[in-house]
Amino acid sequence: MKGTTVFLGCFMLAASLVGHAQAQTTLRMTWYSDGNEGEVMSDLLRRFEEQNKDIKVVLDQVPFKAINENLPVQLAAGQGPDLARVADLGGVARYTLDLRPHLKDPAYFETNFGPFLEWMRVPGDTTSIPGIMTQLTLTGPFVNKTLFEQANVAMPGEKATWEEWAKAAKDVAAKVQAPFPVAIDRSGHRFFSLAISQGAKIFNEKGEPAVVDEGFKRAAQLVYDWHRNGVMSKELWGSVAGTAYRGANDEFKNAQVVMYVSGSWQIGQFDKTIGDAFDWVAVRTPCGPANCSGMPGGAALVAIKTTKSPQAVARLLEYLASENIAREFYERSLFVPGHLGLAKKGLDYKGASPQGRAALTVFGEGVAQLSPVANKLQGYVNNRVMFNAVISRLGQAIVGEATLDEAYRRITADVEQQIAERNKQ
Amino acid sequence: MARSPIIPAATESPVSKVKLAERNGTFQIRKVLTSIIDWPMAALQRLVGERGMAYVFLLPNLIFFGLFVFVPLGINILYSATGGAALFPADRPYVGLDQYGYLFDCGSYIDPNTCREDHFWRGVTNTFNFTMFQVVTMVVLSLLTAIVLNMKIRGRGFFRAVYFFPVLLSPVVVALIWKWILQRDGLLNALITSLGGEKILFLNEPGWATFWIVFVSVWSHMGFYTLILLAGLQAIPADIYEAAEMDATPRWRVFWRLTLPLLWPNLIVVVVLALIRAVQTFDEVFVLTGGGPGTATLMVVQYIYETAFSNQVQNFGLAAAASVVLGVVLFALTLIQLAFTRRKTS
Amino acid sequence: MNVASLLTARRSARRWHWTDVAAYAYLLLGVVLMFGPVLWLVLSSFKTQAGLLEFPPSLLPMAQKEVRVEGFPQPLQLFRVTMEDGSTRELAQVRRVGIQAQMVDPLNPSQQVRVPIDRRVPVRELSLATRNYTEPLERFAFTRFLGNSVFVTVVATLITLLINSMAAYALSIYEFKGKNAAMLVVIGTLMIPITIILVPVYLVVTTVGLVNSLWAVILPGAATPTGVFLLRQYMLTLPRDLIEAARMDKASEWQIYWRIVMPLTLPALAVLAIFSIMWRWNEFLWPLAVLTKTEVYTLQIGLNAFQGELQTQWHYLLAMTVVTLTPVAIVFVFLQRFITTGIANTGMK
Repeated sequence: MKGTTVFLGCFMLAASLVGHAQAQTTLRMTWYSDGNEGEVMSDLLRRFEEQNKDIKVVLDQVPFKAINENLPVQLAAGQGPDLARVADLGGVARYTLDLRPHLKDPAYFETNFGPFLEWMRVPGDTTSIPGIMTQLTLTGPFVNKTLFEQANVAMPGEKATWEEWAKAAKDVAAKVQAPFPVAIDRSGHRFFSLAISQGAKIFNEKGEPAVVDEGFKRAAQLVYDWHRNGVMSKELWGSVAGTAYRGANDEFKNAQVVMYVSGSWQIGQFDKTIGDAFDWVAVRTPCGPANCSGMPGGAALVAIKTTKSPQAVARLLEYLASENIAREFYERSLFVPGHLGLAKKGLDYKGASPQGRAALTVFGEGVAQLSPVANKLQGYVNNRVMFNAVISRLGQAIVGEATLDEAYRRITADVEQQIAERNKQ
Repeated sequence: MARSPIIPAATESPVSKVKLAERNGTFQIRKVLTSIIDWPMAALQRLVGERGMAYVFLLPNLIFFGLFVFVPLGINILYSATGGAALFPADRPYVGLDQYGYLFDCGSYIDPNTCREDHFWRGVTNTFNFTMFQVVTMVVLSLLTAIVLNMKIRGRGFFRAVYFFPVLLSPVVVALIWKWILQRDGLLNALITSLGGEKILFLNEPGWATFWIVFVSVWSHMGFYTLILLAGLQAIPADIYEAAEMDATPRWRVFWRLTLPLLWPNLIVVVVLALIRAVQTFDEVFVLTGGGPGTATLMVVQYIYETAFSNQVQNFGLAAAASVVLGVVLFALTLIQLAFTRRKTS
Repeated sequence: MNVASLLTARRSARRWHWTDVAAYAYLLLGVVLMFGPVLWLVLSSFKTQAGLLEFPPSLLPMAQKEVRVEGFPQPLQLFRVTMEDGSTRELAQVRRVGIQAQMVDPLNPSQQVRVPIDRRVPVRELSLATRNYTEPLERFAFTRFLGNSVFVTVVATLITLLINSMAAYALSIYEFKGKNAAMLVVIGTLMIPITIILVPVYLVVTTVGLVNSLWAVILPGAATPTGVFLLRQYMLTLPRDLIEAARMDKASEWQIYWRIVMPLTLPALAVLAIFSIMWRWNEFLWPLAVLTKTEVYTLQIGLNAFQGELQTQWHYLLAMTVVTLTPVAIVFVFLQRFITTGIANTGMK
């Protein structure tokens, strides 16, 4: 970033010497990174500035905590940036700008980002184009193949159920002394990938949240029992309070986890750090009585309403959404593309190891398995309310602070109360 | 105002100090600068009089306090009477005492599970327990350390500095250091397994987690209170001890009957400061345990912070109500302290 | 003070009292407990990511040895292997397939040996992963953040020293109506942590128009109740006759404050300065809320940019923690004398 600034400084000096009296628009983009996306984006922005000398883009890299907690306050106060990469699409939707009138080719956006645009829109809006997906993520399990080999246990097949996987993982863990047979990220989003396969419908006929139904209870009971009989360790879900996130990537990288239910965003990290230590593969989401679906997700780069230069923002987003640039971004960050055209053509992840590439293929195939309920949940504006309530209360049940029934009661109450609070006028 | 016998007065002659400074070159520069301010200040004094200057001196500080503490406090109270999710108070609907109603909506105050805001009440219980343990441990250990440091030992300055070092670290750094040591594969477990024991998941058991947050909190703040108590001990004249030694009084008696009463004012200061800080604990505990396992180490301030920020729907109204309640409790504690010290010294 | 005399110093010149032994033992335990964890942090910050994940952790930062073998373009990792006959050899690994490793003897690379992976142990050597430090620092405008932090710390400390000493002067020297009320106000402020009033203060700052400037970080915390108390306590011990004499010399109140009282209060000012530096340097929550533009970031926020939604990169985190720790440690080493004697002299009331 320092080098970029120096380069930009020299460049701007040179440009000004050439004598073009061009007014400079400065755009601010608030960004967070899981891996190396910050570097990749800086690089792409530098090239954009070369091609568009009248626009300067400043990349403000912040911790994810700031995006989650401080950005909403800043947006509400009218102090937001021009663009921001956000994970809570529903919560930020009301602050976004519709770029449709400023885009040269809105149809391109419709075709390639169509279904995902809904996630960024306010309920009731069917036409606006607020931004693009920086990645599409999919939940799914990673498995430590070497541990299976060492334990001499066969890996379950493609259509295996959750229970079969749990049993196999437990067998392996017992034989190789791994502390985590199955690890699921402490996240409501991940839990729902289990619940949906167990038949959770999540919404009632009116489209309102009805979180606790038969399928949900089945999934909750599974997770509860797994914690009781050692398939899942209390260290993960029971270690922190409330809605705090806890992943098990470090444990997986250290070969302590047999099966890790997380998602496609881990591929970049695993690729770089596991190296040769063991063989890891991504497998299809296990099946439940209803389907074998995972949960989609992803972060989006959206334009903010209060921007003073919507035209420049539109040009920037068109550049980033263009096939070649988007392709480069996804390939270098090792993300599953949130761009339908590219997804169809397939990407060549040159920088990835064979294992990484194989994992990305598996996740790519998983997109077709997504159930409509999963898509609907991801697009629902209050989904984070539900995720938070579920993980907070189930976490309490797991450590024994509450019974499952109390947890169900609380989940329903929490969701109701928070949505009511949000809708108060 | 009573001059406390415990604080040693400035012993060097002030006049000689000033004269010494005058010879120093920098004083000349300062003289020029200060004379520029002198003139308007002298004019101001003519306006308001000598007594009035007291208010002038006090004013900047009060403005800052007012603007950045009391106005926000007032806004907070305002927030606590509103609902909804908007940021600006003007956009929020008035709900009267509803938020307080939610907070206090409990079947039984003893069992948080029966409360509507069960996390708040858990926070209250946890904070209460934490404060009790932490303050007692802190005072006892600080006193012990101060006594040890007061003994005739070589390298006293070095040891004093050693105990003070953690005070300078930010709470986040402190929590990270200990989290790193207490992990499943951390240093402490390595020591335990090398001695033949089983690994303990310290931050995963409610009992251990509570122990460690008290430990880490004491570890990082002890030095400060030790120094206060040490100052108190050092202010006790040595002849008292000599007299006791001549009478061959047993050491513990000396401590109980002589030292402790003379140290009492400093002890009170330490206890009250520690109490206030303990009730406000957030950063260290949050980074170390996140409030877990379950909600075993969830503190009241964490509840307030999460309600206002981390939740999907940032519930400023409810958080404000909880913080008003917290403020009232702290205020009561401080009033009790004032009453206590006033009674003791009069 | 040399070690020998330290070890033999005792309470009474005649014999060791058990309290002497206990005292030194306690103090030594204190040294280990207070410095040990920080030392462990520093050592761990030099380990590679893989090194951080292993158990039991090695005391010193180690990395696996790599060796260049003829016929292979990349350096190969070195392992110590237990052969079937019980002897151990040092072999370099070509690749690992499942649970078997293909290895070669570096001195005799033509022969390949198959070894099951549980019979090999990495050969390690002392190595400092300084990449943990350089990589993040390259990615960020480190000097800019450092400059911002220094600016905030210095300016804030100066303002704090000024207005707090003025208030302490007023509260210690004068008797005036509303003095008790003012004291109560100051005490009251002590009780309110910034976390609780974060949003309202943000509103105030937005209204005043300071958002995204360093002043938004400097001003709200400039008036500190602890500072007022500390200074007031010290000023109470100053002899009044000096002030009376100055008044008789027709010195204005401001002159008395600035020319007489302030120089005399230097020890307490030094203590407050040290505390202020420490608080401002370590501030995180409030700057995070109010600063959104990278050019005004302080060091703490910049370094914390490693917390993405879904990962924590321990090796960078530890290294950056050490970086933020270092200035404090330096202040400590040079000024510990002032800190410990300063607080001792002011006490706290």
